[in-house]
Amino acid sequence: MNLDLLERLNEARAAKRATCLVRFLATEEQVLIVDGAVVAGITPSTDVLDAAAEALRRDRSGMAETSHGSAFLQVFNPPLRLAIVGAVHIAQALAPMAALAGYAVTIVDPRRAFASEARFPGVEIVCEWPDEALEALEPDRRTAVVTLTHDPKIDDPALDVALRGEAFYIAALGSRRTHAGRLGRLRELGHDEAALARIHGPAGLDIGAVSPAEIAISVLAEMTKVLRQGAV
Amino acid sequence: MSLDDTLLDTAAAWKREGRKVAIATVVETWGSSPRPAGSVLLVDDRGHMLGSVSGGCIEGAVVKEAQAVMAGAPPKLLEFGVSNEQAWEVGLACGGRVRVYVEAVR
Repeated sequence: MNLDLLERLNEARAAKRATCLVRFLATEEQVLIVDGAVVAGITPSTDVLDAAAEALRRDRSGMAETSHGSAFLQVFNPPLRLAIVGAVHIAQALAPMAALAGYAVTIVDPRRAFASEARFPGVEIVCEWPDEALEALEPDRRTAVVTLTHDPKIDDPALDVALRGEAFYIAALGSRRTHAGRLGRLRELGHDEAALARIHGPAGLDIGAVSPAEIAISVLAEMTKVLRQGAV
Repeated sequence: MSLDDTLLDTAAAWKREGRKVAIATVVETWGSSPRPAGSVLLVDDRGHMLGSVSGGCIEGAVVKEAQAVMAGAPPKLLEFGVSNEQAWEVGLACGGRVRVYVEAVR
């Protein structure tokens, strides 16, 4: 590896870009792919770019057979983030669980009584309106956004901003009927059916969850499924 | 950020300081090997090493290859494990197998 390529790799990692270093072990050739574009090394065939994209999606480094021969794909993904909208009881369970699973968690709630340090020790809390908070957060392809308040005043602006970004998982808590009403309001804000289909609602896998902790498990499980296996 | 995340920054910093630097990377594992693909061990020509490619079982052998690579030898793909003759000397006690790619920063 030459120093120039190594420094470009480090720059891409520092900028939190989706980065893949491909080493062709037989020829010693290398290529650095950042956000799907070749930034250093050889010019590879499209199957190499496809393999890199797949490795990034699975978030797993490993060997692959390519048209250039056997290659090692090393994946450097930006950190996972989770924005929880609503500093409610379920959030108290979801925040530590998601942190254990590797997410940098931010709790958003404009209601100061809910968004208190005492209720969420050690968690980053943003006590602002969700549209402003989420615009500042800039959800990317490694970000999940979950709304938990059931309150259209708080949940809707958060979903509105999330749908304009690239978040890999967007979910909203609430019954099927609440969700139908929510979709109607978001439709009026200009979101088409393809956008609305990105929202997982009601949030979480159907595992019969009852308690706040169980609901947090079902949401984290669904988030993990979408992260690892893609949206279904 | 885990310690692993800073290794490649350190590799570039060492190289800029004028050290010779080798990067050893786990590229493939089978069975119960201690470090996943992508794990990195950094070696310089002044006797320093950082990071790991195993639980400490094969680092010695990898450093030896790293020294050869820093001295100008081409990159090398090493394999360690129970099926390997070297297992008797520097094998993995866990019974897994691991492939490590060793290259110099030029």
